[in-house]
Order: sequence, then C-alpha cells, then structure tokens
Amino acid sequence: MKYDRATDPEKTTHLFFGPQHPGVTGNMSVEMWFDGDQITKAITHVGYLHRGFEKLMEKRLWIQNFPLVCRICVPEPDINEECYAMAIEELSGMEIPERAKWIRTLVLELARLAVNLMAFGGQAGTLGLGTGAMWGITLRDFVLDLFEELTGARIYHIYIQPGGVRRDLPEGFDKRIKSVLSTIEERLPELDRLILNNAVFKLRTKNIGVVKPEWIEEYGIVGPVARGSGSVRDVRKDAPYEVYDRLDFNVVTENGCDIYSRALVRRREIDLSISLIKQILKKIPDGPIALKLPNLTEWKVPPGEFYSRVESSRGEYGYYVVSDGSLKPRRVHVRGPSYVHAVPLLEKMLAGANIADVSNIMVSLTTCPPEIER
Amino acid sequence: MKFTDIISPFLAWSRAAKKVDTIPYPRQKNPGADRYRGFHINDTDKCIGCGRCEAICENLAIDMVKTAQENSEKGDSGLRPRVDYGRCCWCALCIDVCSTGSLKMSNRYSWVTEKAGTCVYTPGVEKKGWDSDEKGFRQDNDALGWAGSPREQMKITAPEERVKTFNEVVKGYTVSQAMEEAARCIQCGLCITACPAHMHIPDYLKAIAEGRFHDAVKLFYDNNPLPEMCGKVCTRQCETVCAMGYQGESIAIRWLKRFACEQFDSLADVLNSDAEPGKPNGKKVAVVGAGPSGLTAAYYLSRKGYETHVFDRMKQGGGVAWKAIPEYRLPEADLQKQMEVFEKAGVQIHYGEEVSKELLNKLSEEYQAVYIAVGLQKPSDARIEGEDVPGVRPAFDFLMKSPEKTKENIGEKVLVIGGGNVAMDTARTCRRLGAEVIISYRRRLQDMPADEEEIHEAIEENIDMRTQTIPARIERSDKGLKYYYVEAKMVPNPKGGRPMPKPRDGIEHCIQVDTIFSAIGQTSDTDFLPEEIEKGMEFKWGRIIVNSDQYTGSKNIFAGGDITPGEGDAITAIADGLRAVKGIDSRLS
Repeated sequence: MKYDRATDPEKTTHLFFGPQHPGVTGNMSVEMWFDGDQITKAITHVGYLHRGFEKLMEKRLWIQNFPLVCRICVPEPDINEECYAMAIEELSGMEIPERAKWIRTLVLELARLAVNLMAFGGQAGTLGLGTGAMWGITLRDFVLDLFEELTGARIYHIYIQPGGVRRDLPEGFDKRIKSVLSTIEERLPELDRLILNNAVFKLRTKNIGVVKPEWIEEYGIVGPVARGSGSVRDVRKDAPYEVYDRLDFNVVTENGCDIYSRALVRRREIDLSISLIKQILKKIPDGPIALKLPNLTEWKVPPGEFYSRVESSRGEYGYYVVSDGSLKPRRVHVRGPSYVHAVPLLEKMLAGANIADVSNIMVSLTTCPPEIER
Repeated sequence: MKFTDIISPFLAWSRAAKKVDTIPYPRQKNPGADRYRGFHINDTDKCIGCGRCEAICENLAIDMVKTAQENSEKGDSGLRPRVDYGRCCWCALCIDVCSTGSLKMSNRYSWVTEKAGTCVYTPGVEKKGWDSDEKGFRQDNDALGWAGSPREQMKITAPEERVKTFNEVVKGYTVSQAMEEAARCIQCGLCITACPAHMHIPDYLKAIAEGRFHDAVKLFYDNNPLPEMCGKVCTRQCETVCAMGYQGESIAIRWLKRFACEQFDSLADVLNSDAEPGKPNGKKVAVVGAGPSGLTAAYYLSRKGYETHVFDRMKQGGGVAWKAIPEYRLPEADLQKQMEVFEKAGVQIHYGEEVSKELLNKLSEEYQAVYIAVGLQKPSDARIEGEDVPGVRPAFDFLMKSPEKTKENIGEKVLVIGGGNVAMDTARTCRRLGAEVIISYRRRLQDMPADEEEIHEAIEENIDMRTQTIPARIERSDKGLKYYYVEAKMVPNPKGGRPMPKPRDGIEHCIQVDTIFSAIGQTSDTDFLPEEIEKGMEFKWGRIIVNSDQYTGSKNIFAGGDITPGEGDAITAIADGLRAVKGIDSRLS
C-alpha cells in the first residue's frame, strides 16, 4: 500500500465522528485522521439509513407511493410529494386546478420557512449556543401547528397528491398563518441579536468552511451553499414551477463564501418565505382543489419518463420517474443535493479544518443523510 | 470586533421574563387538530366489508376479519377492517377511499399500554374511548372522488325519436368507454353474492378493463349461457349492492356484459372447445320449456355429457323472456347468435311440442330426469268489476303476439293497470304504436316493482303515471271504455313491508279510453301435470315447491324458473337451472 502521511498511524490520531452524535445532521459518520487538532484526512460513511425507498416504490401502486415519498426527507417532506406529483401529472398530461397550484406553493413555502428556522437556529447549536437552536425549533413548531391543522399531521403531511392537494384550507386558516408569521417576525430580531450579532458566532463562522465559487460548477453545488458563494441559482426563478413565476421575489445571494454567509442566506430566506406566503395569501383564487383520479387500485400512468425538479431548502431536488404504463412505477430515482454536499464536498472541506468545526461545517452545508441514501 | 457584538447575545436574557411557549404536560394537554389523523373509528353498521381499505393500505396494516357481530349477507361480506398500529403509518388513504364513508379517524393520538403487540384492534367492533369523537380526519369525497365516481354515460336515443320506432333505445358503449367503465371496479366481489347465478363479475370486469373481451365472454359462459340477453334486460341485482354505488354510481355491470357480447358476431366461435358437448355418459335428460331456465339446465347438462332434449311449444327458443320483452329492449335478431351456442353444445331442441300429461308421463319414463321450466303462462285476474267487457285485455298475451309486427289497432288512448315490467313494456309498446298511454298503479312511484330505468324512460316518453289510483270498475260505452278509479292514501302495513293503499275519500274519477291492458302479473298453469306426478309435489300460490337442488320430491322430476317460487326474473331462472344441473348430476351419478 502506498504511504500516505495523512493517515500515518505514527503521526495521526484516527477517530470516528458519528453515526450517533448530536452534531451530525442524521445517521452518517465521518472517519477522521488528525494531527493535533487539525484534520489531515476525512472520509464520509453513509449507509446507516438505507431503507430502499426506490426499490419499495417499484413494488407499490402509484397512489401507495404518495404516503411513502415524504419519508425520504424528514425535515422537509413536501418537496418529495411535489416532485412525485409533478412527474405523474406530466406523464398523464394532467393540468391541476389553479387553486391547487397556489395551495401547493403555500405549503412548499411554509415548509421552507420551517426548515430554515430550524437550520438557522441549528447553526448556532453546533457551536454550543443551544438557546438559538431551541428558539429556532420553537418557531418551527408554530409552523408545524399550521401543518397539523391543514393536513392532519405535523411531519408527514401526505398532502400534495397527484392531481392537486388533498384537502381545502380550513375556515380562517389565512388568519392563523398571518398570526404565526407575525409571531415569527416579532421574534426574529431576538434571534439576530443572539446569533448573527454574536461576537463568538462571528469568530467561529467567518472565513471558516469556505466554499470557493469555482467549486460550484466543479462539484455541482446548489441551493443556499452555492448562493452563499455568490451564485444566483434557484429553481424557483430558473425553471418556475406551480405559481412561482407569478410571485415577486429576488434570489437571495451572499458573497462571503463562508459559514457566516450561508447562515445569512438562510436568515434572508426566512424573510423571503414570509414575503412569498403573504403574497400567496393575497392572490389565492377559489375553485376546485383536485382533479378526479381514476380508480386508484387500477390506475395506470401512461408510459414515459420525466425528471421533475423543485428548489428545496438545500437546493435543486429532483425525481426521475419512469412509467411503463403499468400499475406501478418502473423506476423512481431521487436526486437530492445532499449527496454532493455531504460526501465529496464535505470530505474536501474537512481536510485541513479544525476538529471543533466538523459539525459546524456539516450543518452549514445543509446535509440530510436520509435523502443521500433513500 | 464590535463592542455591540459582545453585548448583543446577553440581551437574550430578556426572554426569561416572558411567557414560555412550552406546554406544561401533563397539567395541560395538547389535543390533535380538527383534522388530525389519529386512531381509526368505524361505523360497523354502515361498513359493508368491501375491503377497499385493505387493498389500498401500503403497509398491509389492515386485515379484513370475521367478527362475531356481523353476518355475511347480500352486499355485505361480514368482514370488518382490523388495524395493526405496529404497521399503520397514518396516511389515511383508507379513509379517503372508503366506499361507504364508514371509516374515519379520531384526533386522539396517545395510547399507552404495557404490552407490546396489543395495539391491534377492529374499530367499531372493539369499543374504544374515541369511538364517538366528533373531531378527526374525515373523508372528503366531493373534493377527491376517490370513494365513488360517476359512471360512463350510455348513449341512448332521445325520447321523441325512440317512440317513433321499435329500434333499440340503448346504443351500447364504445370500446374506450367500456374499458374505462370496467376499470372503475374495485374488485370487492360483493356483486357475486347478490347475483342469483353468482357470475364471476369482478373477473370479467377486469378482463374487459384490460381489453380481453374473449376471456370475458368465456367467464360469462361459466355460469350463464344467455349473457347477451342478461346484458340487455337483467334486473341487475349486482348493481344494487355495488360498493361504488354508495358515494358514486354503481358500475354498469349489465351494459358491460352486453358490450363484451356485442364485440363478436359469433359467440360459439369465441367459446370454441368450451362450448362442446362433454363425453357422453349414456344418460338422457328431458327439459320442458326452452326459456332461460330450461336452456341453462340443458346447456350445462350437455356439457357434462348428458344427452339433453328440450321441448317447447313455441317455434323459437328463449321463452317468454324473448317473446314478451319488446324489440326496443331485446331485439329478436340477437336470438340466433345465442341459440347457436346451444346447438354447438349438442342441446337438442324440439319446437312446437305442446307439453301434456301424456308427454310428461312418457318423458319421466324414458329419461333419467325431467326438468320442468315452463314459466307462468296464465295472466292473473285483476278482480275489477267489468274486467271481462270487450276491450279489456291481458297485457301479457298482447306482448307475446309480437305487437311490433302485427301492428294491431289498439285505439288512440290506452290505459295500463299495474306497475311492473310487463306494465312498462305494454305502455311503451302502445306508445310506439302511436297511442296516448296512461298507467294506473295503486301505490306510489317508488313502490313500483318495475326497473327504475324503465320507469324513468317511460316518463320520458310522456306516459302519464297515475299513481295511488285504485281501480273501481270498468264500463263499456259508445265511445270505448270508461275506467273508474278512486284516489288512494298510503297507510302503514301492520304486517310490515310496503305501505298499503287505502281509498282516500271514495270519490270516483273517470277516464275515457279505447283499450285497457291489465298487467298485474301471471299465475301458473299446472294442468299439464299427470296426477301421478302431481300428487308427489307440494304447491304454494300455485307454484311448485322444490328443495335446494330444484328437486320436486316427485319421481325423477326437477323444476325451476318462474314455475317455482322466486324473484320471477331471468337471472333467477338461470340460477335455478344451474342448481338443477347440480341436483340432477348428483342424483344420476
């Protein structure tokens, strides 16, 4: 075997970080060699969360996959439902009702708001500032209350179904959304004071975990990670789906390239989501919420293949769906951004980083192990 | 570094003076939202055990189980869903597809138990604290339509066009319409229990949905040798229990059967070897009457290897079903196509043979078994004063004489007494002969025994429905006939059943008409039975009592169809024929 100084047992210490560690974003681990407190080499290990969703989906009816897909990503299930539904609608040539499009956009933005609140607070949590993490989670919980009222569940909404949405908005729901939004808006300055204007946070995040702009193309980096390094990529703007082309917004971007600027992108995404939700509530039309589907147990989607994509809180998220015209999908492939962020990019960024910054960097890359493995 | 950045995080302490957001459980509990997807609730009386929830469940968390409280009956499998919460993922697909809407969810989500594996129960059967919860996830079929959908519209001739001719009213489904309609079937199989012949309905609907029309026809012939006739005029008891009919429209099972038969010019060719006679076993069976029941028995006996001879007094097969049902519902042209199959199966039919005491005696001696399926031939008396005056005629005889061919003069204004299918057929036939038609019926419209569709189409054809009219008497006048009636009110029947009509005030009303047809049913005519055979039989309302094998108890005589007590429709007659085959076969082997 070739000699590698980075893994020389005489010179380096060998340690696993995860899979069971509060600093890891899910069940994955990082195998590290370090010299002093500087990492010389890092290898990521995934495989603890493989549940075989893609194979399971080939064994289930088209509609039976609708409650399944949301489980691929726990913090933000709705993007999975949206991608899956969009693919089926495209293959079947369905044009969903206008109201359903608006409600879907509303749900997607509420979900993004919830994730960004958790992730923004979570960034502080990785540095030991638990208060920030708790406050983020509390605000997210108010959004989950809204989801519970709308869909009947807090996490796995199973709401965006092929053909539309499953239930109409309850009476007075817009008032409750506005009240939650005003609570969040009222408390965000407190979070800013605690996190963004925090001397320690700044010291630990500025010029650390740098993602160089040239890596964006090289690695295929997307979402807030790319936007924190000056990219203006956003599927909502580049390839608008549902009603994003009818909403007024600018892509959030920062040029710092470091953890701080990525945290700032998420913080500004929260503002953006709030603004989008307010716009949607003003414009949402009346009408039916779903198309009538054929007999669900005999439902055959016309043959074809389609790649549907949406902007998730972590970047471009896509489903490649193949139908052979039978009762079940021939193939469903999920392409999440976390694979790039949590495997090759993380390994590259950790080499030379301080051991105390591992979870800091990992969270800033918005990794989601369940979505890497499916 | 700015000085404010050092101070700023400490301002978080201001939150310590404010109200906490956390719920102090268990002092304060957090109920689920109004729509929360919690534990299942099932209204077991409403549930029909169709198993739709089991079929849709992606985690196999639902099993249909037999319960002590529920019995299986027509349109109810007697099974109820049992939910295993070790597998359930609370997706609530089961709620949205529940065909009757009986399955719901409570908004409760907490169930503490010491024993693992006990979180399995049959909602509604095993009582739980949340059974009467008002809040929780409920079905919304108006928005989704997953639990019931409308049927494919059948093209029919407009009322003003169809009264001009005797052409068929229904135009039939197109291939794509039929495949879509058949694909609506959820394969619950409740229809099988309701069909007297227990046809393989879910299987042939699936075959039609997949475009395998050959297979569908073969499935029909497994227990019904007259599928095209049934596809046109069956009383479709299957459709009355269809699970899709609760929140949508039942599957058009009858029209689909008709459709599959219509796809082929020759049904005998489709069946091919499946319609050939069985290996001869040297035994002979005689069948009296070539109606649906007799033909059924003859066909399947012949397929089993019996030498079968059918005797009928008419010049064609099909019996009353074919002769009395008018052209616009059941064209005579279709008869030959179906009779071909019987010929192929080796059934020997002797037309023009009037059944008599002598013939029956001879048959019972020469043949190992005789199946009597002569039907009801004698019109019932209306028991109205003046019913024997000229111009008052039995509707049944009128229909049997093919009025569309004879075009006999029935006058300009006709009155039909009765509310059954014969009354509707007579009224609509008269309408096609150019007369103005009135139907006089003692009960209400919803009490009429005729098929709902028949009544609806009759009304569309401008037939005047005089319901709740009790006939008083009929008088002959210079201009024609005078029909006197009194108006009725409905009083509850002390014995239960349909409410009874009673005269409201006794004031007589009169209608002037040219012809009156009485269509109040037929009775049996058992004069042809030799004394020796008759004495071994039992009768009820003039009909022969038989056991579950259609055996009469007298010598080697079996009976079925309308001559035995029953629903009095073609499919029941076919079912009798099937039972007789089983009975004769087990008796002779």
